[in-house]
Amino acid sequence: MYRYNDFDRDFITERNRQFRAQVQRRIDGSLTEDEFRPLRLMNGLYLQLHAYMLRVAIPYGTLNSAKMHKLADIADKWDKGYGHFTTRQNIQYNWPKLTDVPDILDALAEVGMHAIQTSGNCVRNVTADHFAGAAADEIEDPRPSAELLRQWSMDHPEFAFLGRKFKLAVTGSPNDRAVIKAHDVGLILKRNDAGDPGYQVLVGGGLGRTPMIGKVLRDFLPAQDLLPYVESILQIYNFLGRRDNKYKARIKITVHENGIETIRELVEERFKLQRAAFGGNDQKLLAEIKEAFAEPEYTSAPIKAFLDKQNSDAAFRSFTDTNLATHKNPDYNILTISIKAHGKTPGDATSEQMRVMADLAKKYGHDELRISHEQNVILPHVHKGDIPAVYDALREVGLATANIGLISDIIACPGMDYCGLATARSIPVAQKIATRFDELKLEHDIGALKIKISGCINACGHHHVGHIGILGLDRAGVENYQITLGGDGSETAVIGEHAGPGFAYDEIVPTIERLIYAYLDIRESSDETFLQTYRRLGAAPFKSALYPATRIAAE
Amino acid sequence: MVRKFTPKVLTANHLINGDVIYWNADDRWVGNHGEALLIDDEATANALLAQAQSQPEIAVGPYLANAARGSAGGAVPTHFREEFRTRGPSNYQHGKQAEA
Repeated sequence: MYRYNDFDRDFITERNRQFRAQVQRRIDGSLTEDEFRPLRLMNGLYLQLHAYMLRVAIPYGTLNSAKMHKLADIADKWDKGYGHFTTRQNIQYNWPKLTDVPDILDALAEVGMHAIQTSGNCVRNVTADHFAGAAADEIEDPRPSAELLRQWSMDHPEFAFLGRKFKLAVTGSPNDRAVIKAHDVGLILKRNDAGDPGYQVLVGGGLGRTPMIGKVLRDFLPAQDLLPYVESILQIYNFLGRRDNKYKARIKITVHENGIETIRELVEERFKLQRAAFGGNDQKLLAEIKEAFAEPEYTSAPIKAFLDKQNSDAAFRSFTDTNLATHKNPDYNILTISIKAHGKTPGDATSEQMRVMADLAKKYGHDELRISHEQNVILPHVHKGDIPAVYDALREVGLATANIGLISDIIACPGMDYCGLATARSIPVAQKIATRFDELKLEHDIGALKIKISGCINACGHHHVGHIGILGLDRAGVENYQITLGGDGSETAVIGEHAGPGFAYDEIVPTIERLIYAYLDIRESSDETFLQTYRRLGAAPFKSALYPATRIAAE
Repeated sequence: MVRKFTPKVLTANHLINGDVIYWNADDRWVGNHGEALLIDDEATANALLAQAQSQPEIAVGPYLANAARGSAGGAVPTHFREEFRTRGPSNYQHGKQAEA
C-alpha cells in the first residue's frame, strides 16, 4: 500500500489548517454561506437533508487496518457510530457538526487520509477494481496507475475548476468489476502483441440524466504515456466542454456533440506537445509507487480445516459459494464481506463491524481491505486455511451474509433518507426487496442478479447498469419508481431499457416479485442468469410481468 | 388572476449542527415542525424569509415550504420530502425521531 511521504503529509496538514480557519471565519461571520460553500465542498463537506455529510476519500477503495480503525473511531467520536460506504469506494459520515469537521480531518490525516476532491468540479477520487493485485484474471495491477493518477490530479491547478466533475477508473482485468465504461475516462490495462504494457483508453462514459457507455479513444496507449495522454484529454475537455448548462457539461456530452473522431484528433494533437513536457519524471515516480504495491508474502499452510468445514457446515458452504472469488494464488481466496445483511442499509457498517474487519485484515489478510463500488468490503488475500476463523468472527457481528452477487446484494444510493438532491427514497426499497426475497428463500435459486437503485436522476445508485434498475422520482408529490431492464456495468456494458410507467412505493416489491417469478418460469435452466434470459428473449416477457393485462386494460 | 397563496413554514438547516429548524411564532428557531409558525400571507412569508437570510450565523439555506394546519392545531408538511425532514431517515430511527 502506498504510504504518504513528507510532501503528502505537509500538503494535507496545510490544507487542514486552512479549512480550520475557514470554518472559524464562517462562524464569526467573516465569510458568508455563499463564500464558504465552495470551500467546504472542496473538503468533502456537504449540507444534506438532516445534517452535514462528510465524504472521505478512499483512493481506489484501498485501506489497511489502521485506516479502518480510524474510520471507526471517527464514527464513534464525532458521528452516530457508523459510516456509509459509497459507490465511489468512499465513506460518508451523515451527522458531523461543522465545528468538529476540522478535528475529523486532522484525525484522518494521522493515517494518511483526507476528504479533498470528493466534491466539486474537479478530478474526483480515482476508483479501481476492488480485486486489484489479487484476482486470478488480472493482467496487471491497476493500483500503481490509480495512485499515479491520484497524485497527478491532487490539487492540479489547471483542473480545479472544470466545467463539471470528472471521474477516472482503472482496471487490470478483462472482466470489468469497476464499471469502467461508465466513467469520464476509463482505463483498461492490457498488453499489445509485442507484450508491452499499456492501456485501452475509453472516454465519455457516464450515468446521470444522459447515460452513455464510454467510447474507445485509443485502443493501445503505451504505459509510459498515461499522464500526458490523460492530461491532454482533460485539456481538450476544459477547452471544449460546455459551461452554459450544467446538464450538458460532462465530457460525455462533449464527446457526443463533437464526435469521437474530432475528440481523438484534438487529443492526439495536444498529446504530441504534452508528451515532451513530462520528461520522464512521472515514470520515475511510477517506479517508486510500484514498490509500494509489492505482492504480499504469501504463506503456505494446510487447507484441511477449510475443506472439513465446507463439508460439515451448510451455512459456511453457502458463504464460500457466494462470497469467495478466485485468487491468483491457489491457496488463497478473495473474501467479500457483505455489507448487505437482509433488511439493513446497503453500505452501512457500524464502528464495531469496522473494527472487526480491520482486525481480521491485520490477522488474516496481510493488512489489506478494499471497498467495492458495490458497497461491500473485501479482504483481498485470505489463506484458505484461515477462512473458517474469518467466517466465525464475521458471524459474531452480523457480517457473514452469503449473498454476494445475488438479488439482495443491492446498490442503493442514500436517496431521500439523507440526500438533499434526492426525489425519492432508495434505501428502504432495497431493504424491503432484500427482506422479501430472504423470506421467500429464493435468492440462491435466482442466482446472479444485480439490482441497482437511485433516488434521483443523477444515478449515484447506477440504476442504468443494473440488470434491474430502479429510479425513484417525485411524481406530483408522490414517490414513484421507474424500472429499467437489461442494464449491465461489466465489460459487456449496456444501458438498461426503460420498461414503462412507474410504480408507487408500496407496489415496488410485488412488482419485482412478479418480474422474478417470470424469469424463473422462462429461463432455459437454472444456469441461465436473469441477464442471459433477458438477452435471449428481449424485454417483452418481462414487460408482460411488470404490466399484467389487467393493469394495461385499466389504463 | 391572482394565485391563491399556499400556507408556508419557514425552514432552514442550523449552521453548526446542520439540524432542520423552523421559525416559530415567538420569533425563534425551533426543531419541531409542529411548533412552526404557519404563514398565511405572502408578504409576511417574504419578509420572514428576508429576515432569515440576514441571520447567516444561525440559518443556512432558508426557504419557504408548503404546509397546512394539522388536526392537533400545529403546522404539518404537505410534501413527503418535508415530512422526512421533520423526522429523520426512514431506514432506521436515528434522526430527530430518535431524540423525541
